Amino acid sequence: MEAVSRKTITVGVNGEQYEREVDARRLLIHFIRDDLDLTGSHIGCDTGNCGACSVLLDGTLVKSCMMLAVQADGAKIETVEGLASEGELNGLQQAFSDHHALQCGYCTPGMLMSATALLRENSSPSEEEIRKAIQGNICRCTGYVNIVEAIKAAAQ
Amino acid sequence: MTETTVTPERPLVVEEGDVKPGFIGQSVPRKEDKRLVQGEGVFFDDVKRHEMGYVHFVRSPYAHARIKSVDVSKALELDGVYGTLTGDEVAILTDPFFELSTPPGANIKDYALAVGRVRHVGDPVAAVVARTRELARDAAELVEVEYEPLPHVLDGEESLKDEVVLHEDAGSNTVWSGVFDWGDFDAALVDADHVVRIERLHFDRFSSTPLECSGCLVEYNRGTGQWTIHGNHQMPGVGAIWMAPALRVGIDKLRFVSQDIGGGFGNKITLHPQYTACCLLARKLNRPVQWTEWRTDQHTANTHGNERTFLDVTVPVKADGTMLGFSVRAIDDCGAFPRYEPLGCIIWAQVTPGCYRWRNVRVDFTQVCTNKSPVAPNRGYSRMQHLWLTERIVDIVAGELGLDPIEVRKKNYVKHEEFPYETPNGCIYDSGDYARCLDIALDLVGYDSLEEKRREAESRGKLFGIGIGSTLDSGTNNFGQSMILNPELQFSGNNEVATVKLDIFGEIVVTLGTVPQGQGHETTASQVVAEILGCTPDEVNVRAGHDTYWNSTAGFSGTYASQFAVTGLGAVKGATEKLAGEMRQLAAAVFGCSPDDIELVESQARIKGNPEAALPFMALGAILNANNAGLPTDLDVTLNVRHVYRPPFEKPDLERKYGNLTLTYATQIHACALEIDAETGVYEIVDYAAVDDCGNRIHPQIVEGQVHGATAQALGAATHEIFTYDEEGNLLTPNFYDYHVPHALDMPPMKTGFIESTSPFTPLGAKGMGEGGGAGIHAVCAALQNALGRRGEGPIVWRSCNPYESVWDLLQKPEETRKLVSVESR
Repeated sequence: MEAVSRKTITVGVNGEQYEREVDARRLLIHFIRDDLDLTGSHIGCDTGNCGACSVLLDGTLVKSCMMLAVQADGAKIETVEGLASEGELNGLQQAFSDHHALQCGYCTPGMLMSATALLRENSSPSEEEIRKAIQGNICRCTGYVNIVEAIKAAAQ
Repeated sequence: MTETTVTPERPLVVEEGDVKPGFIGQSVPRKEDKRLVQGEGVFFDDVKRHEMGYVHFVRSPYAHARIKSVDVSKALELDGVYGTLTGDEVAILTDPFFELSTPPGANIKDYALAVGRVRHVGDPVAAVVARTRELARDAAELVEVEYEPLPHVLDGEESLKDEVVLHEDAGSNTVWSGVFDWGDFDAALVDADHVVRIERLHFDRFSSTPLECSGCLVEYNRGTGQWTIHGNHQMPGVGAIWMAPALRVGIDKLRFVSQDIGGGFGNKITLHPQYTACCLLARKLNRPVQWTEWRTDQHTANTHGNERTFLDVTVPVKADGTMLGFSVRAIDDCGAFPRYEPLGCIIWAQVTPGCYRWRNVRVDFTQVCTNKSPVAPNRGYSRMQHLWLTERIVDIVAGELGLDPIEVRKKNYVKHEEFPYETPNGCIYDSGDYARCLDIALDLVGYDSLEEKRREAESRGKLFGIGIGSTLDSGTNNFGQSMILNPELQFSGNNEVATVKLDIFGEIVVTLGTVPQGQGHETTASQVVAEILGCTPDEVNVRAGHDTYWNSTAGFSGTYASQFAVTGLGAVKGATEKLAGEMRQLAAAVFGCSPDDIELVESQARIKGNPEAALPFMALGAILNANNAGLPTDLDVTLNVRHVYRPPFEKPDLERKYGNLTLTYATQIHACALEIDAETGVYEIVDYAAVDDCGNRIHPQIVEGQVHGATAQALGAATHEIFTYDEEGNLLTPNFYDYHVPHALDMPPMKTGFIESTSPFTPLGAKGMGEGGGAGIHAVCAALQNALGRRGEGPIVWRSCNPYESVWDLLQKPEETRKLVSVESR
């Protein structure tokens, strides 16, 4: 079996700079979770369907299981850990709690990142726009009812 | 696209009045949320240990094959590979997991890895441990397994013939079979004015597919011989009962720890094979090992819900629409290994007549193995399949006899005034008002204007249908029902544990035996504690998750079978009441008065009528724990109490298969309106209502969240979610591309309503309700049936999962399913 090539990359995550040597084949989500120990972003599938690993990469919403860590070299990444400031929940996080938009909380970080991306683009989305924005995020607990309500409330 | 989701701001019906004092019944903020919305939860895959190795299982590509050889040598040569485990080693190091069934099922040998033979695609043959996840996968590919393929069987009815036998030791594919006969079915047939016969109905295979896959990190302590399993097992009490004897160790050698779990739905109850393999690896390699299941592996080889075929359904009906009962032959397909089975062969009997006053029921039940993934108790376990049958019976009988499906339900429902109601097999339905729930559901979907909606839809070329799903979520098991299957089993009753203590700085600390996966146990436990101790939920610290070493576990500890509101909170209530008694005793000793003179209010123990004479909780904690000189020597107070809640159950009558099998029966009545495009079979749910009655609601927001979630899962199962196999036994839906679960855009507008029928049997008048009874599946099937044809015409909806292409088939060839039904009228 051929040796796995390695590469040194530099990424900024939630304002913090990290330099690490990684296997060229390492997925970005495994880099974030296992190498940087930022375990808020989750993994729910092998195929890019579930969205639990969603992060913002240079401001764009991506599923971090669908790209390699080396592809993120030089990028600025935002994860769920960067949403609150000094332990204070931001409006979206608070709305998720107020509206019971989470049960097990496993999809929540990805949902929050998708909603964050939406609200930056569109500060008063319609229900249809909200549902479209989170259609790449699977939740098995809530039926999405309260997630939609929470994003609506956060937009107001 | 959906309309605005509507939830009534005010309850439509409340039994107990609008406003409730205290914390119980209030939607207080969830304690779990703050960490979870910040990504600060701790799920098993977040736990890391120095020098841990990653596990990858080598899995069978065949549905059925003899294992001729397993060669791990090339994998071991790879740099960074720490070691391997094979079935041959497992057979030496462990005993087979015990089986719950009588023979033939009792003779099945089930190990942590396949021994000698693989029995489904994905059956694990060997395990590899390596420095990284990627390397473990590489190494797994280097394991060379030589197979001799064997004929396989994928269909339950075919399996019954035993032409291909999966388990040689059992000698038959039948796991368990038996006849249940209550009332006098033959006499009912004689009394009937009509006899409706349904040749075949089929409940399809699916699972709730929790978003977090299964897994664990296992550490082995060589000095003490003890394993710590950081995992997401949702029923570790029973997991340990399986694992400890197999590993030939005492049960206290297994410590299960979990904090946050990403959904369970029953799919995480049978993790003992994989966990046992990880325990063996941690011991063999002398390092922590970490296994995270891949999504494809979960779909292929973890757990599915039970698949069940109903044959020769016979329903005696009186001229006025009164149904006298039914008989059926049920064949349940449990896949390659029984594991938690054959419990599903009795669990359905908790709801034998469904919501109906049917007194004569005969069920010939057989469970068989097939070369497919094993099953586990998927949300609504075994009752969902049976309730689907009862609802199909009602709608098909109504359709064939020209009865109104609403009126015929109301005629046959157990009546409000009949509670507590004893079913023909001795279960006691505790409370409820099914007809009232149905009326609320009908109001929510505007049933009064049904014909107008139908005409309007038809003017657009659509077929319009409305359907009802009436179900019960039977909660708090009497495990004595297992003895009906196997009298040798020593299981009965149920239990759950909580501890509550007042610590040195006045902190109230609660531990639970339950294993929450999103149900908000920290929050609801704190409500109960606060109510009793006279403080606020914020002052109650409920430790997150589960740890076997907290001394708050018992044999049935776990989170399953819709019971936390009864067993878990019953334990919390009991423990807190004991603690409150001790706090009053201690305060009385300090003040020199009687404990009866002490009240607990505003986070203080004080003398009634004299608010000045008060000890804050902190003072009580400090006095007993750190400043106790001078206290009376006979003061028996620890401020650290443990309570085991034990529901009031008797062992069932095994001869008659008779007795109360669960303590509570929550109600779900759902109404679904849909439109079918007759050209394509594509259909859309245009209106939907779910009405729930789970007795006293501890936290209404959490209850409603469970209703939403159970409904979404049921709608997924009704429309898209199905595990189908090709002829070679390959799963065709092994990931979320092929196995389509509902996304945000798939969900219809959902309206909810509720009533509260207090349970007379439970500590808080509450009932378990988390599983629901699959009402959405039944409602969609009923609505499709309603849309597809009128009396005596049109196709019969005979499967539980009806994707668009199936509906198109029903439309194209109605005669193929029409012949499944016949009516004999006298």
